[in-house]
Amino acid sequence: MNLSFLRKTEVLVALTIVLFCIIVGIINPVFFTVANVFDLLRSSIVMGIFAMGVLLVIISGGIDVSFTAVAVFAMYATVKLLNAYWVEAPMWVAFILAGAMGLGLGFINAFFISRFNLPTLIVTLGTLSMFHGFVLFAIGNSIIRSMPPSFTAFARSTLLEVPLSNGGVSRLHPAIFLTVVAALLTWLLLDYTMLGRGVYALGGAREAAGRAGFNIPRIQYFIYGTVGLLSGIAGITYAALGRQANPQDIVGSELNVIAAVVLGGATLTGGRGTVIGTVLGVALVVIMNNSLILLGIPTTWQRVVLGVIIILGTGMPALQAQRAQRRSQITEGIA
Amino acid sequence: MPPPTLHHRNHAVPIHLPRRTLQAMPTELAPLYSAAIAPDRTPDLVPDGAEPFVQLAHINKSFAGVRALEDVHLTIERGRIHCLVGENGCGKSTLIKVLAGVYPRDSGTVRINGRDYEKMSPIDSIREGIQVIYQDFSLFPNFTVAENIALNEQLADNKRIVNWKQVRQVAQDALKQIDVSLPLDARVEEMSVANKQLIAISKALRQNAQLIVMDEPTSALTEREVRNLFAVIRRLQARGIAFLFVSHKLNEVLEISETIMVMRNGHNVSDGDRAEYDHARLVFEMTGQSIREKSYAYTPAPGAQPRLAVDQLTVHGMLQDISLRLFPGEIVGITGLLGSGRTELALALFGMLPIASGTIAMDGKPVRIRTIHDAISHGIGYVPEDRLSEGLFLEQSIGNNIVVRIIDRLRGALGLTDKRQVTQQVDHWVDALHIKTGSPELAAKTLSGGNQQRVVLAKWLASNPRLLILNGPTVGVDIGSKNELHELMKALAQEGMGLLVISDDIPELLQVCNRILLMRHGRIEEEILPMATNENELAAKLIED
Repeated sequence: MNLSFLRKTEVLVALTIVLFCIIVGIINPVFFTVANVFDLLRSSIVMGIFAMGVLLVIISGGIDVSFTAVAVFAMYATVKLLNAYWVEAPMWVAFILAGAMGLGLGFINAFFISRFNLPTLIVTLGTLSMFHGFVLFAIGNSIIRSMPPSFTAFARSTLLEVPLSNGGVSRLHPAIFLTVVAALLTWLLLDYTMLGRGVYALGGAREAAGRAGFNIPRIQYFIYGTVGLLSGIAGITYAALGRQANPQDIVGSELNVIAAVVLGGATLTGGRGTVIGTVLGVALVVIMNNSLILLGIPTTWQRVVLGVIIILGTGMPALQAQRAQRRSQITEGIA
Repeated sequence: MPPPTLHHRNHAVPIHLPRRTLQAMPTELAPLYSAAIAPDRTPDLVPDGAEPFVQLAHINKSFAGVRALEDVHLTIERGRIHCLVGENGCGKSTLIKVLAGVYPRDSGTVRINGRDYEKMSPIDSIREGIQVIYQDFSLFPNFTVAENIALNEQLADNKRIVNWKQVRQVAQDALKQIDVSLPLDARVEEMSVANKQLIAISKALRQNAQLIVMDEPTSALTEREVRNLFAVIRRLQARGIAFLFVSHKLNEVLEISETIMVMRNGHNVSDGDRAEYDHARLVFEMTGQSIREKSYAYTPAPGAQPRLAVDQLTVHGMLQDISLRLFPGEIVGITGLLGSGRTELALALFGMLPIASGTIAMDGKPVRIRTIHDAISHGIGYVPEDRLSEGLFLEQSIGNNIVVRIIDRLRGALGLTDKRQVTQQVDHWVDALHIKTGSPELAAKTLSGGNQQRVVLAKWLASNPRLLILNGPTVGVDIGSKNELHELMKALAQEGMGLLVISDDIPELLQVCNRILLMRHGRIEEEILPMATNENELAAKLIED
């Protein structure tokens, strides 16, 4: 595979991360402490899972903005159901339940998109509102603070413990495995299965994909179903880590996740994007969001800085591509 | 007798052509309609004993009551190069899609490789070894060369897991088969059109192609790339692979084909050996009329200022010291290979490339052209070659496309656009340029290539330019329309407009221009007068390096 174009983007993001880390580390040495690194990892768990789903959609040439609503739906409904009917349920039941709900909601997106051939942004903008509205109207709009005991236990579980100099301990949460597994599976899927190649094919040349014999509706159901599934899992993880289920959480962060994926080199026109790039993109966004405070920059400025990084990070490769294209167009005389 | 047409729409094109004898039909097949085909019919009698690979007979196909094919036949022998010629809308593409199983036929018989097909699906067609290379090549720009070549095979094998080693191997073998070397790991979007075509051919070969159908394969190729393609085709033909070429570039048709079939208005007009055809016969049969173009006679007006005077124009890396004069009423051709600077010259004059040094004067007045806006305000119009992406708003109506450049002038009271004036303008140009459409309200994409080109022309003519630059004015336009466009260009010049025509269509240059400038490596090499040269000589000069 020739990844020279992507490699450029990925290297650029990686360099930005390194540079940023060095600057923050010099100004505030706290940045390089284990505690901070564990914090950063914890902060990327949920966004990382979301990002894998969003990556699939963007490669296929679509866009999904409803995944946060799917996550909230699955999270809130699962907690409410378990609280009502099976408080003692083990954590994996919660994951399965939320994942299944997410999958179902994802299929609703897929149905509209593949059956009626509607633009993905329109459909998911609609379902974002529908799903979230349904949660608030029909399931509940109050914050649930008493979580099933398995959630509390899950929140306390630890993968690694590092003693701190002040006598406390810093813990790494095992949920990071969910993100790692999601990333690994997505990578294997995209690069080594025909289904994954179909996702790229759909984003690269939709008509040709159909002619070549890819089953486009199946691929679409797969994509939007997977986004739903991952969102359900991400939602329940979010609730467990935060020890509460708030129906107003998560929704509104869709653009952050999409920005991370785009920063990682996926193009909104489809056909391009890699898991490595997305992981780097998520890392960059999380580090930015969590570290500006270490620099003494007010949190309100985070969004401004993030915006600048998005424009620089996605604008530069795009400009390069434009220039290259212009050059080849002129030499080919198509103009 | 074919079944009668059921619906008649007002805009349906009436078909009133004399039916010609189907001389080359090997046997008189009884008209068989859909279900009436016996599965085990004995092979038809063919004079030389061997059965042709493809035999389509008495094919009828209508769309919403409009007849696209009427009693059409097509016979393709193994290992032969067959050309299908006809103007846009004559049913060529429909026939190919019937052959490819994309469109179901209304009636008629399809016999491939000795088997009769009552119904044919795309999969059946592919299984029989029929591979259609469409104009967009059906390639994935974001995939590597190797993956594009191997993909269909992987899909056909119902693979779930991608074996990248095998993908490379398959691609390498496929390219070796046609004796071509391409970088396997490069993305297809970085490849030239010619290379994309070679990739599409090797992809087809990997699927055990017996017949490769190519739709307008040479329309975006340079002279040299066409040679290269023909060489590949002949090599494959020697191995028993048949080709069906669809083209309206008659010189190429006559060069490559062994048998030719002409279609017009959904009918077979004639078919036979290449030896029976020449340029004039093809033109006559395609258009139903004999077209003889007269070359353009330009008479200089005494003491006139040059409309365009360019001196020592340089664009870094593209154009070197270009000087030229163009007088009102002149049609000057600019020719050269791709990359010779012919397009760059047009772009520089239209403000699309930064001019490093040199001067430009219009009607004796020096002008500065740094943006497209500058060019337009000095009365320069530019009709790009790629009208689909640059010249037209395909989704917009024909009328809107025509008035888009002058919409500011068509205002009535309150500064609002005056519908009446717009309609007047649109009607005037649709009429003047013979744009064939049911209504100017229809989207521009509903028009054929020739008519789209007329809309682009109308758009510029409406703004009344003093100098009109046309880049490949008749690329992808069929012969009848081409001729009309040429006549139109001559008429415009005669009214005093200056025309700069960029083209590598040699007959076109000779017929339309009163002078031809040959470009090479960003310089004007030579001025050629059409009367002092001929097609072969000009062609030889063009490909000289």
